[in-house]
Amino acid sequence: MIETRNIDFYYGSFHALKNVSIRIEPHTVTAFIGPSGCGKSTFLRLFNRMNDLIENTSLTGECIVDGENIYNKSVQVDDLRKKVGMVFQKPNPFPKSIFENVAYGLRVNDVRDKAFIRQRVEESLVSAALWDEVKDKLKKSAFELSGGQQQRLCIARALAVSPSILLMDEPASALDPISTSKIEELIHILKQEYTIVIVTHNMQQAARVSDRTGFFMLGELVEYSDTKKMFLNPEKAETQNYITGRFG
Amino acid sequence: MNKRTKQRIAFAIFRLLSLAVVGILLWILGFIIYRGAGTISWEFLTTAPTDGMTGGGILPAIVGTLCLVAGSVVFAFPVGLMSGIYMNEYAGNGFVVKFIRVMTNNLGGIPSIVFGLFGMALFVNTFGFGDSIIAGSFTLGLLILPLIIRTTEEALKAIPQSFRSGSLALGASKFQTIVRVTLPMAFPNIVTGLILSIGRVSGETAPILFTVAAYFLPRLPHSIFDQVMALPYHLYVVATSGTNIEASRPIAYGTALTLILIVLLMNLLAGLLRKYFGGKVKTD
Repeated sequence: MIETRNIDFYYGSFHALKNVSIRIEPHTVTAFIGPSGCGKSTFLRLFNRMNDLIENTSLTGECIVDGENIYNKSVQVDDLRKKVGMVFQKPNPFPKSIFENVAYGLRVNDVRDKAFIRQRVEESLVSAALWDEVKDKLKKSAFELSGGQQQRLCIARALAVSPSILLMDEPASALDPISTSKIEELIHILKQEYTIVIVTHNMQQAARVSDRTGFFMLGELVEYSDTKKMFLNPEKAETQNYITGRFG
Repeated sequence: MNKRTKQRIAFAIFRLLSLAVVGILLWILGFIIYRGAGTISWEFLTTAPTDGMTGGGILPAIVGTLCLVAGSVVFAFPVGLMSGIYMNEYAGNGFVVKFIRVMTNNLGGIPSIVFGLFGMALFVNTFGFGDSIIAGSFTLGLLILPLIIRTTEEALKAIPQSFRSGSLALGASKFQTIVRVTLPMAFPNIVTGLILSIGRVSGETAPILFTVAAYFLPRLPHSIFDQVMALPYHLYVVATSGTNIEASRPIAYGTALTLILIVLLMNLLAGLLRKYFGGKVKTD
């Protein structure tokens, strides 16, 4: 479970997130939508502390994952990232073989048992619906795969370290429609085992894949409710305007 | 004059100048090969100089230059690599890094003869190494350090951030990310820096003048504390100190050609190395 309380976030003096509080239940898919620059990706990257990599940022408020404020000093960021996996906008496999890409997370977390690694690699590729396409060429470079396959490889790579939460930052925006629908089907299946949070600029996609949707605008969480309600009967005028395409 | 004509004339001048550069290079190479090829033989490459350096071969100088290349790279490559990694991956962009970077560039701008004098003061005298391979290697190492640091930094800078993010997001530490992802990807370009350094080290005369180079030492070195002859210095000695110019001239050209061939051979080797690593980390 993820919960944030009164999050404020700054890039230098730019106020990127304003007093955002949210609760995300386990085994659900939550989508964040909103116009470019509204803070939805920034908010997503708080959950695995990827914003730490950006210089000159500051944060107030609490971000609680599984009962612990992940911004506490006692939290080791690499342990957190094992628990909270991430898939990026552009497929970013490593320049290694397909097998080594999936095994990477295990290896950097000091897993040495070869049989276990082999098993996890297979399970992860199966979970990411990629196994049948790559099982005969695990030693081949990941760059030989198509863009959609590369993105599913990145999902498998994230799954291999057994996270409980999966963050997806516009995971299909660089993909063609067929690859996109494969990723969306996959999200439906993965939700049984993982808590998924997805950022998308595609409102139809949010409507198709998510249980709950949060609408961000200018750093504020304008509305957060069940996806069906949000798209059929939004409470706020801004939400209504955005989802009917009047701006954004 | 209309813009197309202007463009045509401008490009014609650019092309001419580019070709001129190639022409000059070929001219130099052709001249050296024409004058030196006759001298080079198996015997020339494998024996020591004789008859007051008007006869015999240049084996001690070849060995000496190879020792100096190896020694300076062994010293400067790890130091430069680690500094470059630190500056691009760890240090951020604060005052200290900017200061280090400016100083590194300044180090690169110091005339090589100054390195020679500094090397003599520090390594030869203060450290008590005497005129030796180790003193010369350290001096040459200092000379190429800025080049290696800069190319390492540039090579790492060229790696897209997304690869680092991908690794860190899987729970890898920064160090693991560098060792397993970033550095292997940057390696081909780092090797390019190494190639340039090797070329530089093989040809430098001033820094070895006071630190290692022997005027005439027709035997091979016994240890790293031994003096050696070196090709560029030998070339200078043969070309300027002899009294029998007719006899020493072919030896000078032969030495020049050998030097060029050694640099060429090392570039070739480094190119293969680059291709080997590049093949493993192809990005697209």
